[in-house]
Amino acid sequence: MDLADVTRDIKRDDLLQMYYYLRLTRSLEDRISALYRQGRIVGGCYTSHGMEAIAVGYASALERDDFIAPFHRDMGAFLIRGFSPGEIIAQYLGKRTGPTKGKDGNVHMGDLKRGVIGFVSHLADNMPVAAGAALAFKMRGESRVVFAGTGDGGTSRGDFHEAMNLAAVRKLPVVFFCNNNQYAYSTPMRLQMAIADVVERAQAYGMPGEIVDGNDVAAVYLAAKRAIAYARAGKGPTFLEFKTMRMHGHSEHDPAKYVPQDLLDSWRKKDPILKTEQLLTQLKYGDEGYFRDIEARAKKEVEAGLEFAEHSPLPEGPEVLEGVFADQADSY
Amino acid sequence: MATSTVATGEVTYLEAISQALDEEMSRDERVFLMGEDIGIYGGAFRITEGFLAKYGEWRVLDTPLSESGFVGAAIGAAMMGLRPVVEMQFADFISCAFDQITEVAAKNHYRWGAAVPLVIRAPFGGGIHGGPFHSECPEGWFFHSPGLKLVAPSNPYDAKGLLKAAIRDPNPVIYFEHKFLYRRIKATLPQDDFIVPIGKAEVKRPGAGLSIITYGAMVHLALEAAQLLEKDGLDLEVVDLRTLIPLDKETIYGSVRKTGKVIVLHEDNKTGGIGAEIAALLAEECFDCLDGPVVRIAAPDTPVPFSTPLEEFFLPKTGDIVEAARKLAAY
Repeated sequence: MDLADVTRDIKRDDLLQMYYYLRLTRSLEDRISALYRQGRIVGGCYTSHGMEAIAVGYASALERDDFIAPFHRDMGAFLIRGFSPGEIIAQYLGKRTGPTKGKDGNVHMGDLKRGVIGFVSHLADNMPVAAGAALAFKMRGESRVVFAGTGDGGTSRGDFHEAMNLAAVRKLPVVFFCNNNQYAYSTPMRLQMAIADVVERAQAYGMPGEIVDGNDVAAVYLAAKRAIAYARAGKGPTFLEFKTMRMHGHSEHDPAKYVPQDLLDSWRKKDPILKTEQLLTQLKYGDEGYFRDIEARAKKEVEAGLEFAEHSPLPEGPEVLEGVFADQADSY
Repeated sequence: MATSTVATGEVTYLEAISQALDEEMSRDERVFLMGEDIGIYGGAFRITEGFLAKYGEWRVLDTPLSESGFVGAAIGAAMMGLRPVVEMQFADFISCAFDQITEVAAKNHYRWGAAVPLVIRAPFGGGIHGGPFHSECPEGWFFHSPGLKLVAPSNPYDAKGLLKAAIRDPNPVIYFEHKFLYRRIKATLPQDDFIVPIGKAEVKRPGAGLSIITYGAMVHLALEAAQLLEKDGLDLEVVDLRTLIPLDKETIYGSVRKTGKVIVLHEDNKTGGIGAEIAALLAEECFDCLDGPVVRIAAPDTPVPFSTPLEEFFLPKTGDIVEAARKLAAY
């Protein structure tokens, strides 16, 4: 990023806030990974380690009334939308105080009141859903926007293409993104698609596309801001390809030996937290002491969250029978 | 709109559907339609003829050929407070949207509390020479997916009342409308607003000798069979399920407890169909009042064939019911 662009287009406090959320995401997910290794978390455990800038960047660019349909490596977006570390750890532990009350696990959290559409494991399923939410906003003449994403693998699915097409035809206020972390579980890009950049897909649907450095939170934020402004102006969807690298396995159980070590080594130097600290130092917005303070604050919040989650009750077995049908619809 | 002018006279099953859509769209501005060829063309079966001119292109949305895409979009719009009604041009094409229906619409409320007030209209069933891709009865697929409601009206009154109830329901409802009945069944409907509650079966013909549990177009075959057997002194009771999920078990059990003998009849394939579930429920709950085996009449386990003699063989017929009823009565 050009420093002049950053100082012109991003407020100092916003950038510092993004740094805080990067740190909070890292601390929270490191803690969750540790709990998984200790056998205290059952089920899947997918992290955004090394990719935190994507969710933190785009979620920071949205307004309160907007909606997100996050990818499963977007922990920072949940935090920014108001999910607390305590609620999130409770979700991982299957506690009743988690957003799904134990009905679903890990990042499968949603809440209409906080503008989050609950994640579905079938990648790209929420892309048409996001287009439909944007359709509702457009039909009602609201200036709200939906930000929805999937991974490089998810862009191979039909729902991705159907959503892109539908949204482009009706010029819906939605921003689609791809977290291109180069591997879909073990499948590398070369076996996923015959194009070099996922962004090429945008052209086929008649929408603008942009490649963005997914490890640069300022770049993600500014690209998201542009796409959001375009959608809000009624010009239709944009597709953003955030280039990054998955630094852990698909899930914490996966040692990911299929990823070349030198590839990981080269990306480790581009760690989004490291990059943000370098940027803040250059801008004189923060120094080493400040970074350590924020890191300590994030860790403390995560520990308090863990305390809350561990002391929360588990659901009772018969609660499984509750909630199959709605008694009344939410009013939005 | 053509259909609203016939409100006082007899209306067809198709016109009843059209009236329900029109009245609900007039009553509630959140109600809107999505589907292929529903706007400019007025729908493959002309159910939404005139709607585009009346309601405009943002409430009658012609979509790309993209069932998964537009069902997914309808789910998103429903969660944001609108009341979408999507049309499958033929129920067969619902398989393209299977994932959105069973994984997203059906599970959202259970998983994270987001209601999905969505209606999917699915013109289903055979007898119209549609062949393997325009004649299916796909209700069995969804019967096994918790979170969905399924309705299947057999007549214009229920067609209108169930569609209105479905639109007003906060859950995803698949509305199976039988194509064979579209222009063959007429009725005079009340002028005032009415609904048929979801979850209530109806005894179409009371009888003491033997129960036929059925739904959709098969209701009419069951009634024909009942009439034919009347002169033999066999008194058939015909139960029209109307709603498949949630199943009105009390009405089913009440009928079987009275008659002691039961035929479950459906147009869908036999194996794993709704009839199998009803037979199992009766074995569990009404075993002590059964005076004979639970008999199923259904289509064979093949795709729906095209050629006339093949399709005639495939579909359950009145004669099949008469024969099975006589045999069961003599048991």
